[in-house]
Amino acid sequence: MTPDGSTPKTAEMPSDELLDPRSTPVRRPTPGPAAGAGGASGTDPPPGKQAYAVRLEHLRAFYGSAEQVKGVDLELHANQVTAIIGPSGCGKSTMIRCINRMHEEIPGARAEGRVLLDDANIYDSAVDVVAVRRAVGMIFQKPNPFPTMSIFDNVAAGIRLSGVGRGDLPRKVESALRGAGLWEEVKDRLGQPGIGLSGGQQQRLCIARSLAVDPEVLLMDEPCSALDPIATLKIEELIDELKRRVTIVIVTHNMQQAARVADRTAFMLSGELVEVGLTKQIFTNPVDSRTEEYVTGKFG
Amino acid sequence: MSTPARSSGSSASTLAAFAPSAARRRRDRTARGVIAALTALALVPLVLIVYYLLQKGVGSWSGSFFTSDPTGASFFKNVSIGGIRSAILGTIEMVAIASGIAVPVGIGVAIWLVEYGRTSRLASVVRFSVDVLTGVPSIVFGLFIYITLVVTDLLGRGLAGYKGALALSLLMLPVVIRSCEVILSLVPDSLRESALALGAPRWRVIGRIVLPTAIPGMITGILLAVARAAGETAPLLFTVGGANKLSFSPGGQMNALPLQIYNDILSPTTTVINRAWGAALTLVAMILVLNLIARLISRRSRLA
Repeated sequence: MTPDGSTPKTAEMPSDELLDPRSTPVRRPTPGPAAGAGGASGTDPPPGKQAYAVRLEHLRAFYGSAEQVKGVDLELHANQVTAIIGPSGCGKSTMIRCINRMHEEIPGARAEGRVLLDDANIYDSAVDVVAVRRAVGMIFQKPNPFPTMSIFDNVAAGIRLSGVGRGDLPRKVESALRGAGLWEEVKDRLGQPGIGLSGGQQQRLCIARSLAVDPEVLLMDEPCSALDPIATLKIEELIDELKRRVTIVIVTHNMQQAARVADRTAFMLSGELVEVGLTKQIFTNPVDSRTEEYVTGKFG
Repeated sequence: MSTPARSSGSSASTLAAFAPSAARRRRDRTARGVIAALTALALVPLVLIVYYLLQKGVGSWSGSFFTSDPTGASFFKNVSIGGIRSAILGTIEMVAIASGIAVPVGIGVAIWLVEYGRTSRLASVVRFSVDVLTGVPSIVFGLFIYITLVVTDLLGRGLAGYKGALALSLLMLPVVIRSCEVILSLVPDSLRESALALGAPRWRVIGRIVLPTAIPGMITGILLAVARAAGETAPLLFTVGGANKLSFSPGGQMNALPLQIYNDILSPTTTVINRAWGAALTLVAMILVLNLIARLISRRSRLA
């Protein structure tokens, strides 16, 4: 969106010489056995690679002329869960919607600044937005399985819709459903409609649908706010499992939830990032007085 | 029930205190009576139309009525006072051609409006134009085709079935666009978003997610547009003419149910006027069937 040069932060980039968005794939070559095998080795970061999977650099997001996210700098550590907390309307959801470029789908909405997914700016003009969204999956507040599709087709939809690697669909669907902890519950009724499941199962179906395209990052926008406590617990356990495979960002209104699932927590207020740190530190010994007031329930 | 003593005494007096006054109850009764009377009044013409149609129309229905032309030609034995075969088949053919044009174009415009144009200035111009088009009287569409296609050498002068079909398609187009647009915008944005977030290109989201969800509702709207076109007389009067004999060729004059009714009702012969009633009943029955199918499909819809 913004020309790279206009961001003053560019100079602070740790490995500027590596930054060639035209040849750097959006997909991160993971240290895992399978994913790193692609032809990306030529642009691999050096062995001492950065600890973050995603880095926001002075990210600003607008709805028309209203600035909802006012210059956020944030690093999301790889294979960790980062919780974003803050009062309603503080720009949490808007911010994470900028990480997979869903923000710009809203008429009149735009974003400025840079979002680096392993050194590639996802807002670079050479980057295909479809590739960004394959690499960065998203789970929404309300479970939203595709109503016309069966359980199987819902999970397969991710693969079919993005048009990549259709081979061995049943195996991929099974592995995604297992990954979402739903396989045992639905393996005998894969042909039934996805909307026939309970709310918690539907949300896990949506998670399976996202996992099926094998993303690097999973953005969760209040994934449990429509669920009962037991279903919420299952999702939280699942998040703990999933962080081995993906980097997770979770927006939540529920501070206990943030404390339970997140390795790191970021506190936002009025479109600005107030504080980010280890979850324990944010909740027990915050640096900023506003963070302390929020986590102790004095406002919000 | 378990504590009858307490509930009977106190709650009765409480309810009495909350009861509306007698005057208020009277007003309520009067208002309800007026509304019921107005409803009944609105039903009077409807009931009369159906009554007359059945009374006068059913008499002329017979086997040969549906299998013979007004000329007397028939699938079986030729008859003296013919039926409405050519009119039924002509209507079906012309409406089919009109739908073949208006439905794909209309769906295309609706998809563009909902998925791409959205709140843009061009989209609001298109929406406004479609609204204006919806309000244009049907005879104007006929006149338009008449002055552009019938009395010019553009596609050859003269009356022709396809020219009537074109007039009907113009008539259908705004109805198709509007009904499909409404249904498409009922598809929850959350579905589009989750599909986009999976890394699907927009055209695939439309093809795989939006259209399958919307299609039952869209079919309902389209069938209602088809039903409306089937009953139109005015656009056909000076575009198709109204040949009595059976013709499947859209390049020449054709017959249609509304034209048949229009021509027959002007006749001095009672039997021919009766044929007009029979044709009218047939037309209403065909449209009723279309409406019923539309209702059945919309009941299956996941949106409305």
